[in-house]
Amino acid sequence: MSGIPHDHYEPKSDGEKWLHRRLPIVGLLSDTLLIPTPKNLNWMWIWGIVLTFCLALQIITGIVLVMHYTPDTSLAFASVEHIMRNVNGGHMLRYMHQNGASLFFIAVYAHIFRGLYYGSYKAPREITWIIGMLIYLLMMATAFMGYVLPWGQMSFWGATVITGLFGAIPFVGDALQTLLLGGPAVDNATLTRFFSLHYLLPFVIAGLVILHIWAFHTTGNNNPTGVEVRRTSKEEAEKDTLPFWPYFVIKDLFALAIILAVFFALVGFMPNYLGHPDNYIEANPLATPSHIVPEWYFLPFYAILRAFTPDVWIVMFADFVSGGIIKSDFFGVLAMFGAIAVLAAVPWLDTSSVRSGRYRPMFKWWFALLVIDFFVLMWVGAMPAEEPYNTIALIAATYWFVYFLVILPLLGVIEKPLPQPSTIEEDFNAHYAPKAGGTKTIVKPAE
Amino acid sequence: MSMFKKYIASAFVALGLSTSGALAAGAYDTKVIDYDFSFEGPFGSYDVNQLQRGLQIYTEICSACHGLKFVPIRTLGDDGGPQMPEEQVIEYAKQFEVWDEELDDFREARPTDHFPESNLENAPDLSLMTKKRAGFHGPYGLGINQFFKGIGGPEYLASLLTGYTGEEKEQAGVIFYENTAFPGGWIAMAPPLYGDDVEFADGHETDLESLSKDVSAFLMWTAEPKMMARKQAGFAGVVFLTLLSVLLYLTNKRLWASVKHKEND
Repeated sequence: MSGIPHDHYEPKSDGEKWLHRRLPIVGLLSDTLLIPTPKNLNWMWIWGIVLTFCLALQIITGIVLVMHYTPDTSLAFASVEHIMRNVNGGHMLRYMHQNGASLFFIAVYAHIFRGLYYGSYKAPREITWIIGMLIYLLMMATAFMGYVLPWGQMSFWGATVITGLFGAIPFVGDALQTLLLGGPAVDNATLTRFFSLHYLLPFVIAGLVILHIWAFHTTGNNNPTGVEVRRTSKEEAEKDTLPFWPYFVIKDLFALAIILAVFFALVGFMPNYLGHPDNYIEANPLATPSHIVPEWYFLPFYAILRAFTPDVWIVMFADFVSGGIIKSDFFGVLAMFGAIAVLAAVPWLDTSSVRSGRYRPMFKWWFALLVIDFFVLMWVGAMPAEEPYNTIALIAATYWFVYFLVILPLLGVIEKPLPQPSTIEEDFNAHYAPKAGGTKTIVKPAE
Repeated sequence: MSMFKKYIASAFVALGLSTSGALAAGAYDTKVIDYDFSFEGPFGSYDVNQLQRGLQIYTEICSACHGLKFVPIRTLGDDGGPQMPEEQVIEYAKQFEVWDEELDDFREARPTDHFPESNLENAPDLSLMTKKRAGFHGPYGLGINQFFKGIGGPEYLASLLTGYTGEEKEQAGVIFYENTAFPGGWIAMAPPLYGDDVEFADGHETDLESLSKDVSAFLMWTAEPKMMARKQAGFAGVVFLTLLSVLLYLTNKRLWASVKHKEND
């Protein structure tokens, strides 16, 4: 599958040969698992396994939760309490599912920012990046709809606010909002369609994950140097790589075990830490909570949505130029989706020929500022819409766009990159100096 | 690499910040006293006697207006709860009348029935009251103290029950009572407890603070009846995964040793 030269699966026994001629599935799995992987991958390359685990965790706990949950506005809240009280192990399943969403997003943000720093989005890995962005979008949609299902106050009012965004789109907004809600307001039709889609989308994500893996198995993994694996011969490729199994599987599982230990402490000892207490109040269309806050993983984009208030000059300018079509609500929606769009377009916005941020002295600092900016947005997204938070949100939102639309294109032209190692082997040996003398012993993968 | 470590470290800090922002946002300028409860922290557990006292206070006072509609009466006998003997639970259930659709009439409640709903329309159901309220957001709004103290719901409730100042005001024909813990400072519920409102069979103290804490502990149990099982599962998970990660660390170290410290040939 990969473009890196390596040994392929050969069926040995008669049974294997029989199967291989009819369905080469063992070969496919074997080649996937033994893919040559750059041996200098650091600890930021573990998030893929964590994400795969999260998807499996959410699907498995979710399927069991569905066995006891009732998607009906008069029964949903009570059925969640039924799970918490009467279903064997139900409270753990539900808390794992609820906090599993947070683990999923911590991992996906770490994964995305790793890609941004080491230039994993650059040619020839644009398709991997775009599929990843689609997965991220679907994750957000799935998480949002999942949060509505317990039918608490934040479920109801969060759904009202977020679907209201679509209502701000000129001309088609009202029709679109009605379609999303299944009626004029959040009600039973909303709950049932969100339930249906919340069950469907994870399987779409699983399909995209397979494409994501297929894409980067075709191009080969990026690595901290951004230097490509040598492909002229199998011998040379083997100097730069190690098979995924067992080297990276064991390494990634070690990281996963540590992360899960922290996760279990969260689930066992403070499962409601990341939730909002108001969601233990049953949804009430007549009582609006004083302060509607989305889940933490939406906050950066929620902050961008709210940053462009009607008194900002660019909003007034857009309103004037568009003849009143682009009001501030719609501008906010455009900004929010635009913030994700520029992220998705980064393979074409970054003009630098150097992949890894390690060898880009100026980029490093702008990137560090982007990471800080992301957390500022997250923090300000949870604050009430008043001063000084509005100004902070506006500055932070502006930097997000400036980074992708101005700084990245310019840096490629003005920055003088540092020298890169010529091979991955060179980088690896610089960390782990070979000893003189003796014989080489490399653990061969189990076959 | 080291740069990334810093980013990750800051990620977790900021994650906490933003979260507690969300939690703190629901808070008002209210006085929540940090009462001690036996079930705080990773190893805290419910005090069975306290839960039983709390049940008595709920039954004799709160249940006049408030319900516990999500709580099945039989769970009073469950492990990790008030652990009442089966005959007592059956006896206890009989004091409530429930509507039976098959009989088309009211009948005595059985342990398999739930507690009744609230009698008054504006008296909220108490099943989840301690999880609907968060009293703790510190330090600096991080909310990390919840790890040791819980979310602060029972503390809020006990503070509310002891927080009446004695001031009253009438607004649109409704009397409001000043309360230092209630958001906004004025609550429609008249002070339900004054001290010595109930008498315990074991002669336990019945001052206002003690009663408030007992009933708050009971309502923490109604909101989180599986807390003991959850903490045990969490602890088992942490221990198992820590051991597993040590084994995987050693495996990984040995696996990579020949690659990292390979000798030139």
